[in-house]
Amino acid sequence: MIGSLDHSTLQQLWWVLASVVGSLFLFLTFVQGGQTLIWQLGKNDTEKSLIINSIGRKWELTFTTLVLFGGALFAAFPKFYATSFGGAYWVWIAILFTFIVQAVSFEYRKKPGNLLGATGYELFLFINGAVGILLIGTAVGTFFTGSNFILNEYNFVRWTNPLRGLEAAGNIFNVSLGLFLVFNARVLGALYLLNNIDFSGLDDFRQRTRDAVLRNFLCSLPFLLVVVAGLLTMKGFNVDPVTGKVDMVAFKYLKNLLAMPQVLVLLLAGLGLVIYAVKQTMTKQKENGIWFAGIGTVLVGLAVFFTAAFNNTPFYPSKADLQSSLTIYNASSSHYTLTAMTYVAFIIPVVLAYIAYVWYQMDRTKLEASEVSGQEAEENY
Amino acid sequence: MIDQVDLSLVNWARAQFALTAMYHWLFVPLTLGLTFLIAFFETIYVKTGSEQWKELTRFWMKLFGINFAIGVATGIILEFEFGTNWSNYSWMVGDIFGAPLAIEGIVAFFLEATFFAVMFFGWNRVSKGFHLLSTWMVAIGSNLSALWILVANGWMQHPTGMAFNPDTARFEMQNFFDIILSPYAISKFTHATTSGFALSSFFVIAVSSYYLAKKRHVLMAKRSIAVASVFGLVASLMLAYTGDEAAFLDAKHQPMKLAAMEGLWEGTTNAPIVAVGIINGMKRPGDFHEPFVYEVKIPGMLSLLANRQAGSFVPGINDLVYGNKEQGIMGATDKVEKGRLAVKYLADYKHAQKEGDIKKASAALVEFKKYQQYLGYGHLKSPEEAVPPVPLTFYSFHMMAAVGSAMILILFLYFFYTARGKLEEVRWLYPVGILFFFLAYAAGEAGWVVAEVGRQPWAIQGLLPVSVARTDIAPVNVKLTFFMFLATFTLLLIAEVKIMLKQIQIGPKEVA
Repeated sequence: MIGSLDHSTLQQLWWVLASVVGSLFLFLTFVQGGQTLIWQLGKNDTEKSLIINSIGRKWELTFTTLVLFGGALFAAFPKFYATSFGGAYWVWIAILFTFIVQAVSFEYRKKPGNLLGATGYELFLFINGAVGILLIGTAVGTFFTGSNFILNEYNFVRWTNPLRGLEAAGNIFNVSLGLFLVFNARVLGALYLLNNIDFSGLDDFRQRTRDAVLRNFLCSLPFLLVVVAGLLTMKGFNVDPVTGKVDMVAFKYLKNLLAMPQVLVLLLAGLGLVIYAVKQTMTKQKENGIWFAGIGTVLVGLAVFFTAAFNNTPFYPSKADLQSSLTIYNASSSHYTLTAMTYVAFIIPVVLAYIAYVWYQMDRTKLEASEVSGQEAEENY
Repeated sequence: MIDQVDLSLVNWARAQFALTAMYHWLFVPLTLGLTFLIAFFETIYVKTGSEQWKELTRFWMKLFGINFAIGVATGIILEFEFGTNWSNYSWMVGDIFGAPLAIEGIVAFFLEATFFAVMFFGWNRVSKGFHLLSTWMVAIGSNLSALWILVANGWMQHPTGMAFNPDTARFEMQNFFDIILSPYAISKFTHATTSGFALSSFFVIAVSSYYLAKKRHVLMAKRSIAVASVFGLVASLMLAYTGDEAAFLDAKHQPMKLAAMEGLWEGTTNAPIVAVGIINGMKRPGDFHEPFVYEVKIPGMLSLLANRQAGSFVPGINDLVYGNKEQGIMGATDKVEKGRLAVKYLADYKHAQKEGDIKKASAALVEFKKYQQYLGYGHLKSPEEAVPPVPLTFYSFHMMAAVGSAMILILFLYFFYTARGKLEEVRWLYPVGILFFFLAYAAGEAGWVVAEVGRQPWAIQGLLPVSVARTDIAPVNVKLTFFMFLATFTLLLIAEVKIMLKQIQIGPKEVA
């Protein structure tokens, strides 16, 4: 059945699937956002422990989603995987380092004899939440601003900038996208904590967390403005569907949004939901903002990934050699592999179902201070 | 296809992969087996309702969590290192190799990640039954993850189910089931997981033996050993069986690796196994040096184990490099020659295509197809490059086999004295059990050295040498990241060991 789908349909389908995974990751960065709030919101040991145990029960989900994002791109678009990871070497290495140190930090932070002390591991968590997300955003920015690589006739990559990807951090658009994601993650983090922690008797802590939602939302706005303005006005990369030739086109991404109104709707609806979540949280004292802001973030993520790759757009363009640019059509796996992977993808709803069920089971009662201090604390992070 | 290969780059990239893989393998085997042991312990708790078994479960779970975290930390790097350090590889075989990695994420990692949280924080949040189910899910998830990554590794050892596409210059998948049901995949999976089960049993036995020696937590220690010794004994027998199967497959598909494992330079019928040997470091392919300074041989054994046929011919390194007409073996010499033609015709094809000369292109393609199966050999500088580092492969293999065999005996002793109820009397056994925990680690690492060093110079056996598979990058970058990884992982390892020792010293909670 799936074998009868043509190659380009499968390529589009897999870009959509990869975009869904990538966008879900952006939602799950509430863990990273929370990690950067530990020192700011947690004024004593109990408060800190509440934050860490709240997001700490979800960190592996975020981590795994990131790994799957990488794995799905490898399986479906191996030329992107080979070109970007091998080429933009230092960006990816730096991102990976922040995730290496994250992986041990929740578990080791409070354990006796942990060598680096609680503060050391809290610093690791902060680095992962701030630097890791900033760099991921910067890397995604290059989907629009382009990178410096040349592919030879065997499709082997040569990177033409000795900074091996770190040069992307010199571009205002890329960095703004990164900083927007950092502040958005902090908004999500604060919203998740509001939803997940039982604040009874901790009114100051609750207020601080609520204030953090608004403050970080406001901080994210200038960067969002730069990103949106940049996206709507910049020259973009365009591929001719007949000849396959890539050239630069004025207002390319604005044209993409206008040519794909559904994507424009995703973008506006996503931003609207985030704003609605912040508003409800601040004015109506609601605690379910994470769901609106989370879904909003997913929609914005989808809009970003779709704008980057659809409507005859190379999603990983090269500034150094326009014709080396990667499209979802020239970077993908074979028809056979995409077909096989599509059958495998049928298991995804099952995975989502058990994640949702476990999430519900674990979060239906809020995290209480008594759980993370005293007798019970030993089992916790 | 490649211009000046910088060997120091390739070697640094290999060193980095070896470093991260070996660090990762310090934590993975314990994850693979300990989850099952914990699932057994918890099942007993749920069946009996005994608080003592619950505390016992929680204690091992705590140690499991400490180990698991650093396993995750070292694991993420491996997946992405294929891209960062082996970019050409990722392109050339990504069509096949990417799939198992993605499937690993979908079917295995999410099981682990989702139920891990229940296992650790769900004691009071979910029902007893659901908690037990979660523990089992973590055990199954971590072993499923091993399955998929070892399918990928098995394919590197014995590539099947694919074909080379000259237009994209990559290998493309032809048959998914050939890849996942490859005998190599099954062999790698069963051998690696059973080694993890055996090692985990030794972990439980070693910690428990320490308590018995100190006369602390005696009941808990004896109970832990009772379960671990049975699990370990069964696993170690399976380990030996799957090891034999692995050698049999090597004889068929990776004869050079097998020859290096046994230090067999000249092929012979009735080939011997070297029980103990010291290799002559001067020995090179085609020369007349003696291969061993000292050796004790068991005649005929290798023929029997490798081919399951007494007296059969087993090719040596020299046969595989220079060929052996009598036995119908084509040597690397011929393969390199043919491979160079394949490389040339592929380049002609690409060139003609670029020029738009269709006639010339199709002529080049016809020639290329004649030689394409040797394409990988065309990139070797000399036929001798097809020989892996013999001493390292030989010693690693012999160490692994010796320890693996002895493990069966030690596990049997623990089982035997447990069954007789005399475990508290055989105090001499405790240090042996603790020693074998470390030896089991060494054997596991040595096993990976055999599997990976023994197939050099190939990233994909016979098809893609490491010199082509690498990323085009200045060696200084890879050198730098090598030391960054070394420093980070070492620091985290020290932290892990310190935390682990502290928790062992604290011990389980005693309940009446």
